[in-house]
Amino acid sequence: MMLSRRDTLLIGLGGVAATLLPGATLAATVDELTAEFTGGTAATEGELTLTTPEIAENGNTVPVEFNAPGAVAVMLLASGNPEPAVATFTFGPAAGAQRGATRIRLAQTQDVIAIAKMADGSIRQASNNVKVTIGGCGG
Amino acid sequence: MITRRHFLQAAMATSAIVGSGLGNWSRLAAQQALTQDQLLQFDDFGNVTLIHVTDIHAQLKPIWFREPEINIGVGEAKGRVPHVTGTEFQQMFGIAPKSPEAYALTYPDFDALGRAYGRMGGLDRMATVVKAIRAARPDSILLDGGDTWHGSMTSLKTRGQDMVNAMNLLGVDGMTSHWEWTYGTERVNEIVESLPFPFLGANIFDVEWDEPAFEPYHIYEKGGLAIGVIGQAFPYMPIANPSWMFPEYSFGIREERMQAMVDELRGKNVDLVVCLSHNGFDVDHKMASRVKGIDVILSGHTHDAIPEPVLVGDTIIIATGSNGKFVSRVDLDVQNGRMAGFRHKLIPIFSDVITPDAEMAALIDAEREPFKAELEEQIGTTEMVLYRRGNFNGTWDDLICDAVRSERDVQIALSPGVRWGPSLLPGDPITREDIHNATSMTYGQVYRSEMTGETLKTILEDVADNIFNPDPYYQQGGDMVRVGGLGYAIDVSKPIGQRITDMVLTDTGEALDPAKTYTVGGWASVNEGTEGPQIWDVLEAHVRKLGTVNLPENTSVTVTGI
Repeated sequence: MMLSRRDTLLIGLGGVAATLLPGATLAATVDELTAEFTGGTAATEGELTLTTPEIAENGNTVPVEFNAPGAVAVMLLASGNPEPAVATFTFGPAAGAQRGATRIRLAQTQDVIAIAKMADGSIRQASNNVKVTIGGCGG
Repeated sequence: MITRRHFLQAAMATSAIVGSGLGNWSRLAAQQALTQDQLLQFDDFGNVTLIHVTDIHAQLKPIWFREPEINIGVGEAKGRVPHVTGTEFQQMFGIAPKSPEAYALTYPDFDALGRAYGRMGGLDRMATVVKAIRAARPDSILLDGGDTWHGSMTSLKTRGQDMVNAMNLLGVDGMTSHWEWTYGTERVNEIVESLPFPFLGANIFDVEWDEPAFEPYHIYEKGGLAIGVIGQAFPYMPIANPSWMFPEYSFGIREERMQAMVDELRGKNVDLVVCLSHNGFDVDHKMASRVKGIDVILSGHTHDAIPEPVLVGDTIIIATGSNGKFVSRVDLDVQNGRMAGFRHKLIPIFSDVITPDAEMAALIDAEREPFKAELEEQIGTTEMVLYRRGNFNGTWDDLICDAVRSERDVQIALSPGVRWGPSLLPGDPITREDIHNATSMTYGQVYRSEMTGETLKTILEDVADNIFNPDPYYQQGGDMVRVGGLGYAIDVSKPIGQRITDMVLTDTGEALDPAKTYTVGGWASVNEGTEGPQIWDVLEAHVRKLGTVNLPENTSVTVTGI
């Protein structure tokens, strides 16, 4: 499900902070960013839903959404971008839901990755392949 | 639970003509072997009837339409309908060679069988069938899967109005969309406001706020039952067609949204959930396996005509073909909020057998009248079957690519791998209407450009991945881009970037150099501001010069990995 504007506002009031990360002079790799975020804890699946289009309608603005009930922080990575770090969302105790939605630019077909840090310190990971295409010819 | 037994009701009612060979058949023989009563014969079943039409592509009049010879399935779809063609398809469904079913559903002997059984389709014949079903089952729901307003000269000239008028008369109860959008947002909304039925699209969202933009579903109260019908528009609208024509909208498969709509309908205690889809068959097959609670998917977009419902879990998928060749009747037994059984028939519209509905015939004549002289002008004659449908170049495409190369003076021609465009038989005149049927669109400008060998390879790889990606959710449902002056080899089993090899200029046999620049002409560009003459004018000029069309066999593409 897509977030409605109202939901987004409610999340905002509930206490969520998003940090946009680009601008670093040297792009950190997906592995480096993952290691830093997880502290080396291995990720498992579940309790984290990542929603993206299968094929981007416009690679310059691709809607990406996650839902991670119980998470304290969620990091989004665009693995095929020159700068893979997209954003890290942190959720305070007052957050009514641990959801976030944004739009990102994808340079090429690639995996978009979400990694969630749960309250108990465990790590969840979800990954979707998003295709960036020059377009075809519909039937 | 659904039982296999009901499948046995599915086959078309006609039996094969038992004869001494094609040579003795005449139209009259076909008419004597087939009757309207046979085509319409159906033992009423259950308590609700769905009528499905889809991908008519504005074909108001009967047409020839050759089904594909090459329709390769990849991944799980390999060897599965609709990726079975010709005699294998006939064997799979117990269809006798040279029977009316063989003619309607497969390509072998197309020319000879076409002469025996006649053209198919025609909205006036479809109207007769719809009226007959409604007479038997007054509570039927008639659903149109889209690709209705586009595909002919008259639809282009009236911006879809001729089809809107005809479909309103047919009595459509709901529709979804694809090529409709190529008339642009303003025109679509203008028509939608005028429609006496809902224009459904659960997956059409507002770009700016990413919120639903059209009615996702409609609940029909029929015979004491509540039937929820969810519309699913073509998911890759802004990618496969020019997004600048409808910049306000976003599409996509949006599987979670589909599940949410099913759940919402179930929460409203509907008795049956139907998805009226323009996803394409393989996408619908995957969606049926992942979204829970859909009873029936009425599948459109990929133009597949499948004589039996395809069962995925507890969902049945109905595929009704294209160009008005078929109408599907689906009788359902709905008990306690679930589909308990079904009976289905893919009714072939043999135009010489089914009596035209007078009211619809009069409307069609009236719609065509202002354009009659233009439509009927003969431009040339064909000595070969002209067809398009198939994964790679059809003969229409070869002719179009020749026209682009010759009229635009380019080394290489690119032509879109669309699945619409009826066929012609040897000896048929080529009229202006026929040319439009193969080319008509709102963005038909033929560009003249220069591209490097590397760019050409990128284009071929990209389009190939839209067809041969093993995950159906990454398939857009068209066929391979058609090429003229260019040969290549394709291994469909490889990933993107590795499928296309051995690209050559067919004129000289010279290998394409990635760094070298070539002149390229093509049409149906999704880019705004494309300049050039319209493709139908280019094709008309070429056919006029040829007079008679008879092209050599095209052997420029080698396919492996099947």
